[in-house]
Amino acid sequence: MSILTQVVLDGLWAGMLYGLIAAGLSLIWGVMDVLNFAHGEFLMVGMYVSFFTGFLFKIDPIISWIAAGAFLFILGVLTYKLVIARILGKAMAPLLATFGLSMIIKNVVLNRFTPNFRILEGTLLEGRSFMIADVIVPLPQFATALLSLVVLGALYLMLTRTRFGWAIQATALDKEAANLMGINTEQIYLLVFGIGGACVGIAGGLLPSYLATHPDVGTLFGLIAFMVVAMGGFGSIPGALIAAIMIGLVESLAGFYIGPVYKYIAVFGVYLIIILVRPKGLFGW
Amino acid sequence: MKGETILTVDDIHCGYDGVPVIHGLSLTVMEGEIVAMVGGNGAGKSTTMRTIAGLMHPTAGRITFKNDDITRIPAHRIVSMGLSYVPEARRLFSKLSVRQNLEMGAYTTRDRAEINARLDRVFDLFPILKDRANQIAETMSGGEQQMCAIARGLMSAPRLIMLDELSLGLQPSLVDKVLETVVEIRNSGVTVLLVEQLVQESLEIADRGYVIQTGAIVHAGSSSELLASPEVRKAYMGM
Repeated sequence: MSILTQVVLDGLWAGMLYGLIAAGLSLIWGVMDVLNFAHGEFLMVGMYVSFFTGFLFKIDPIISWIAAGAFLFILGVLTYKLVIARILGKAMAPLLATFGLSMIIKNVVLNRFTPNFRILEGTLLEGRSFMIADVIVPLPQFATALLSLVVLGALYLMLTRTRFGWAIQATALDKEAANLMGINTEQIYLLVFGIGGACVGIAGGLLPSYLATHPDVGTLFGLIAFMVVAMGGFGSIPGALIAAIMIGLVESLAGFYIGPVYKYIAVFGVYLIIILVRPKGLFGW
Repeated sequence: MKGETILTVDDIHCGYDGVPVIHGLSLTVMEGEIVAMVGGNGAGKSTTMRTIAGLMHPTAGRITFKNDDITRIPAHRIVSMGLSYVPEARRLFSKLSVRQNLEMGAYTTRDRAEINARLDRVFDLFPILKDRANQIAETMSGGEQQMCAIARGLMSAPRLIMLDELSLGLQPSLVDKVLETVVEIRNSGVTVLLVEQLVQESLEIADRGYVIQTGAIVHAGSSSELLASPEVRKAYMGM
């Protein structure tokens, strides 16, 4: 029983992180109908920001996620301003453009920082854990999951309880009608891309406390984020969190009980089944 | 009480994707009036409204609101100048509550006391909306949604409100009630530019009217003149 609990909790920690990574993607899609193909690379950039903040200035990821979030907010805003705003509404163009952007980011990082795996040593949480009964809770994963949940909660409250959040929802529901209310929808788009970037930046900023940073690290996370968003229902933040936790659990359970090499077969299998049964995702309409 | 000219549309031309829809249309609205713009389906009524509201810009001509040139000003800035547009088909934010929709109507102000005062005013005008404040907009009946759309348009405390096809999709008994509300709005000091396919009903509550056909004004005058015009009666009222 304790092994099952251990495996389930490991899946839960991973799922909560996936939820935060996917939230930014879901928000951007929900408001603008744009799939940011460079989302995984945004995460990778967030990891590099956190890694170098730790490596050069000895600031721990438990703090430097703030810098990563701010950096990715700016990258998100620039991506919207310089790329998306020019092609928004032109069929597949934003998807194709962000695919190009993802390749540019990955290759620039590869060129500047080499393909080496970079591990941040001596972090505050490194190697630490605590016990709940006879279950081990690794502190880096636990702290990352907890902060992910807090950021997701703040994002959800902002969207549902504030006038700015309602303005974002109004823009998503009917851009033209939102304009007629005095809402500057261009500014909303810009900020949404920034917030989407900040979410994935925060997640990336936390990861170097237990994961190596390298130019390809965002690829799998990006894929998982797409899966989470599609499973949860495009644009639904609670849906993304639930789907993310499902994926985390399937990954963990399949990895332990079937075998590590089969865990992504199980994850993508569950994804395929859900999309076949509910093409609009679990919480899509 | 009729006052100064509040809106002047001067010889505007506009269209969609290079296809002209409005050809040299001009009109004026005086403060305190109800002005009806009537015409058949596809005559260009809504295109004119959208152009005045800043959702699209004319290729030629000039639009002046309270002596300010608004020809090239985007929609989100025009609202704060005191011009509100309630578009055709209500266009409520379907997944937001009635209260949230109304709050969005007052988005240009941050003064909480002022927003609450405006909410009180629209709840006085539409008491049903107070009962439905927490209801999701799309779950209300068509008539209630129309009231919510008008109330949302009033939340910006406009000097001029443009109401587009209020009667669309409403049962006849509700149409009368909505048109009575339009008179109440004018009596509260808000000038009204009303666009309608129901020619007789809208001219009956209006001070003046314009008849639009294929993107141009073909008749203009006081409501009584237009209602008495044999041409207008034959073409638009089937008499």
